[in-house]
Amino acid sequence: MAPTLEADLTEPPSEALNANLKAAPPKLVAPEPEHCPGPESDQAGKGDACDGCPNQAICATAPKGPDPDIPIITERLSGVKHKVLVLSGKGGVGKSTFSALFAQAFSTLLRKKKIRRGDGDVEDNAEEEEEEDDTPPTVGIMDTDLCGPSIPRMLLGDNLQDIHTTSSGWEPVWASDTLAVMSIQFMLEDPDAAVIWRGPKKNGLIKRFLKDVEWGKLDLLVVDTPPGTSDEHLSIQSFLKEAGVDGAVLVTTPQEVALLDVRRELDFCRKAGIRVIGIVENMSGFVCPNVKCGRESQIFRPTTGGARKLCKDEGVLFLGSVPLDPRIGMACDFGESFLEAFPESVAAKRITEVVGLVGESIGLEVVT
Amino acid sequence: MGLENVKHIILVLSGKGGVGKSSITTQLALTLSLQGRSVGVLDVDLTGPNIPRFFGIEAKKVTQAAGGLVPVVVHEGRDKTIGIANGSTKKRRDNLTFGSLSCMSLGFILSSRSSAVIWRGPKKTAMVRQFLTSTLWPANLDYLLIDTPPGTSDEHISLLETLLKEAMPGQLAGAVVVTTPQAISTSDVKKELNFCVKTNVKVLGIVENMSGFVCPHCRECTNVFSKGGGEVMAREFGKPFLGSVPIDPAFVMLIEEGKLPTYPEGTMVEGVDVGGAGLADVSEAQDPDNYVPDDGLLVEKYTSCSLYPIFDGIVKRLVLDVEGEAS
Repeated sequence: MAPTLEADLTEPPSEALNANLKAAPPKLVAPEPEHCPGPESDQAGKGDACDGCPNQAICATAPKGPDPDIPIITERLSGVKHKVLVLSGKGGVGKSTFSALFAQAFSTLLRKKKIRRGDGDVEDNAEEEEEEDDTPPTVGIMDTDLCGPSIPRMLLGDNLQDIHTTSSGWEPVWASDTLAVMSIQFMLEDPDAAVIWRGPKKNGLIKRFLKDVEWGKLDLLVVDTPPGTSDEHLSIQSFLKEAGVDGAVLVTTPQEVALLDVRRELDFCRKAGIRVIGIVENMSGFVCPNVKCGRESQIFRPTTGGARKLCKDEGVLFLGSVPLDPRIGMACDFGESFLEAFPESVAAKRITEVVGLVGESIGLEVVT
Repeated sequence: MGLENVKHIILVLSGKGGVGKSSITTQLALTLSLQGRSVGVLDVDLTGPNIPRFFGIEAKKVTQAAGGLVPVVVHEGRDKTIGIANGSTKKRRDNLTFGSLSCMSLGFILSSRSSAVIWRGPKKTAMVRQFLTSTLWPANLDYLLIDTPPGTSDEHISLLETLLKEAMPGQLAGAVVVTTPQAISTSDVKKELNFCVKTNVKVLGIVENMSGFVCPHCRECTNVFSKGGGEVMAREFGKPFLGSVPIDPAFVMLIEEGKLPTYPEGTMVEGVDVGGAGLADVSEAQDPDNYVPDDGLLVEKYTSCSLYPIFDGIVKRLVLDVEGEAS
């Protein structure tokens, strides 16, 4: 699939980085006031906070109603069977690592199950589906952490590639035959450049990742997110509302400081109407690699019962715990697949179990 | 009001989440306090405010006063030693002097500890500005440490915009940048260093956190997240490298349960044996499942932590850099 460079339908990625949001929200003449109802909202220009705001007239006359781009996103993602978000309130708990391993596990280690579809779930072309049975699922991974994108390094190591523009959109970078990757890191000329963006600009790029990327036919799209509950999360949720999200996997570490943020994330999922598939506890326990010792200790001690207890209290599925293995970090630094390199390790086995549970939960049946 | 009471402002930044910004902020604050400085901590991580938990003051609330918000006091300053008690630890502690420590966080204002703050940019901007300009810090506060969320986005832009407008020249001393050793982390943190370059914030130094974990059973140190990445990055960018901080489960226990840190004998930190009776009473080395919480102040207990000597060194360098320049 050679990219044609005379593409006229879409801007090259570099321009998108510098451009503001296309249509909505309206161009404002002053910063939004503190209690701004949001320039895109139905209340724009009519709220109490709008009185005296220099933007009032602009907001009041801007086109209202649902974002016209959402049907385009829905159309673009029509070939994507399942969509899973990876969330965590806290940073550095292993969202990106888990997203990467998850995508790798699906796209390389696993095989689609023989399709035995029963009631009502009619496939367009049953025969073609049968033939695909023994192939690994095709997986896409979208990195929405714009200020700290880690996915490209984890999957591709140092050999970053540029995104090609074709007449039908941006072509994702393929980490393997069955694993498509999209991240802002591919668009930066200087890999260390800081992306100093406020919310609306971040939302604009996330929208383009969904609207303009040629995802094609995917069995699964994994969306990796930044920590917190802010612009990126709200945008993903609203952009994907119509296309439908299967659910979210929450990642945490065992100590209370991390669980505290996960509770906030659960609250966010509830408020935003996102189904929680379950919680994975990462970095849970560490086995001393010293041959004379080999005893287990807790680096991040689960003083309040860890994720297992949290799941029980909140009525959420506990997907499993993955021990801390220094080799995972090393593999990620060099873009190697930990699961392929150390399939016998405890961590790899646990991760595969978690992947199986998630697959089962969203109805993407696979065999290991 | 607000910032006029403050002498020096230090930002704690990191491009990556979970590298220990809040943990480093906490320890910098405790150590500055132990070096006799009065310290304020401002937590601008609005969607994950953890500073209250680190200082063990989650239940506290901020009070509104004429002209602004009153921060929560972690401990008052103590400038002379108090009476002599029996136990050796107790005695050593009573001889400690330290500056006051207070803190401000969105966590104090939230009604429930598990409710999510789902805010877009403009609202975060307004909150950051309000925190910066209307917190009534105690008069003559020596240091204000600002703990930030990961990334280079709304909170950071607002923070620097407000500081540019409100802070006096020289008041913003600079930023301490935190990383962990692995390449995944340093590649994000390099972005933060470039952010500092773009916004003209002086980088006071780089701290490498989570470099190595000392097994509590055999005292063997494992580089869980590899080692040396922070130092290499500091050299690459020509910034001072302040030091490597290992993972210390005893520090986590101190924060989570208020347990006095104790170590197996022969645990060496900065050439000092902190194990056994080195710093703490042997009698206090109890069964972890069956211990009585120590009722001392966090700052007192922190002096028994193996990380304290490391931070003592880091803070001495910082103070020399910041105050040496001001005079």
